[in-house]
Amino acid sequence: MKRFTTALAAVLAAATVAVAPVRAQQVTGAGSTFVYPVLAAWSDAYSKQTGVKINYQSIGSGGGIAQIKADTVTFGASDMPLEPARLAEAGLVQFPLVIGGVVPVVNLPGIEAGKIRLSGKLLADIFLGTVKSWNDPALAALNPGTALPALPISVVHRSDGSGTTFNFVDYLAKVSPDWRAKIGVGTSVSWPAGVGGKGNEGVAAYVQRLKGSIGYIEYAYVLQNKIPYAVLENAAGSFVAPSARSFQEAAASADWSKAQDFDLVMTNAPGAGAYPITATVFILMHRQPKEPAQTKQALDFFRWALGQGQEVAAKLDYVPLPPTLVAQIEAYWQASFH
Amino acid sequence: MAHAGARGDSIFGGLALAATAFVLLVLAGIALSTLIGGWPAFARFGASFVARTAWDPVQRDFGALVPIYGTIVTAVLSMLLAVPIAFGIAIFLTEVAPRPLAGPISAAIELLAGIPSIIYGMWGLFVFVPFMADWVDPWLAASLGRLPVLGALFSGPPLGLGMLTAGIILGVMVVPFVAAVMRDVFTLVPSALRESAFALGATRWEVVWHVVLPYTRTAVVGGIFLGLGRALGETMAVTFVLGNAHDFNLSLLAPSTSIAAAIANEFTEADSATYLSALIALGFILFVVTFIVLVFAKLLLLRLARQAGR
Repeated sequence: MKRFTTALAAVLAAATVAVAPVRAQQVTGAGSTFVYPVLAAWSDAYSKQTGVKINYQSIGSGGGIAQIKADTVTFGASDMPLEPARLAEAGLVQFPLVIGGVVPVVNLPGIEAGKIRLSGKLLADIFLGTVKSWNDPALAALNPGTALPALPISVVHRSDGSGTTFNFVDYLAKVSPDWRAKIGVGTSVSWPAGVGGKGNEGVAAYVQRLKGSIGYIEYAYVLQNKIPYAVLENAAGSFVAPSARSFQEAAASADWSKAQDFDLVMTNAPGAGAYPITATVFILMHRQPKEPAQTKQALDFFRWALGQGQEVAAKLDYVPLPPTLVAQIEAYWQASFH
Repeated sequence: MAHAGARGDSIFGGLALAATAFVLLVLAGIALSTLIGGWPAFARFGASFVARTAWDPVQRDFGALVPIYGTIVTAVLSMLLAVPIAFGIAIFLTEVAPRPLAGPISAAIELLAGIPSIIYGMWGLFVFVPFMADWVDPWLAASLGRLPVLGALFSGPPLGLGMLTAGIILGVMVVPFVAAVMRDVFTLVPSALRESAFALGATRWEVVWHVVLPYTRTAVVGGIFLGLGRALGETMAVTFVLGNAHDFNLSLLAPSTSIAAAIANEFTEADSATYLSALIALGFILFVVTFIVLVFAKLLLLRLARQAGR
């Protein structure tokens, strides 16, 4: 009996020892679905190196903002920046973590990836439902030498609220006064035309199945599904295909230094080779956290992610932040958390 | 001894009452909390919330007519398809099929009921939608779409997505439920009744129509409404094939949305209090619609019972 008690005590002691550090080394986050694949890969690699587990729930940007405000997670992730006033009100800090792009994709028989050109205004008119056919004169003028079919245009948009939608319509509102006046900007909007697919995969599936359709999805899904994309005219007037380079050029040409709390949406960036619908995922954390140890661990993780972690990110077609921006983020951390 | 028995009985009675009260409490709780959650939307837009077609998260302007219309139209379409097929299956299994065949077919139909709705949705999107877009929709638009009044129901570009496709997928999903209820009640018809009818020279159809159906009609109607209830609330499969568009459109070939699909799609990213409250209000409306359907079923059953008594 005595031996049993000793054994039990030993087991209990071992269990407490084993449990205690695990609880301390759990960092929880929630939000954006766009960042989930890269966060999951980072978390896996990081926990192998350091033993710290990052537990991330991809519940959507709106949910991430709500959760960090309620202080139930260590960090939130959003595809849409919060204004400095709203951040201050909630006692939050904000910085970018990864960049990606939103890409218009098409289903046009006989037309390959990158073989159709669109301007921002034309893209807005298509999604407004005012340009209805692929052989519209405005489309033909932009695409001389391309045989555009006489197909009606079917618009495909997101049916769920999404940061992808936010970045897409933010761009449309910047280039089209009509869009700004009639529709506006938000994570979901009142679409004047088309059908809605749930998630990037839903939109990709609809576009692949509907002849004459056009939709918008995250760059990673374009690569995975090999859907033909359109090239877009940027603010400098050149036609740019989506690629890691053109996203990075957009991030480098955006003027981050003037944006307080990184409150900047990178769409329609001025750089000559900048991709016009480049999107950013922002991390939100409490300035004065309830559990400072976990916030510190989260910051260590993000520092690692922005440095060593970029190799993992590149494999998943996420684009590293330009070095100048990383330096600004480091300075921001110094200023925010002492 | 008698005393102990009485006590056991009262404990048993109490437990049974508690089980019933539990369900009623949950029901009242859900109704009340969706009403409270949706109240800001009802207060802001008034009773006209159910009659407005606007759905604009940017301007925070919401109305429930499109989802309500989409829900009801797809559910009705699904019943138009499911009831005759389920009736045929049940008749075949109980009256026509030889016994060794009836068992495996019953099992296959029950298996159909066990398929998760997401599978129906994926199958619908990847297989059925292209079929509808390439063959059925263009044909309908070219034939029925040209008729004067009916044409409005079959106009528009052949997307393959839309209320007709969703109604058909829902119909397929509902068939096993309705068929299982019908088959079970048909087998309950006393063989004496059935054999007497045959002895009088009735054909198989006359036996079914004049003996089996009148004997089982309350249960048959109950089974149909069970299926209708399922069709009204189905979410995943509908989300895949309905098109999720908040535009009011008479045409069955046009995309629409349903109450359950709208909630599932938009709840996670509803970023304003009004938006969230409009979605919860939709939940309450679905609750009310289902309740109305059940009341209607009950009234129908009462009328049938009265007619049978005459």
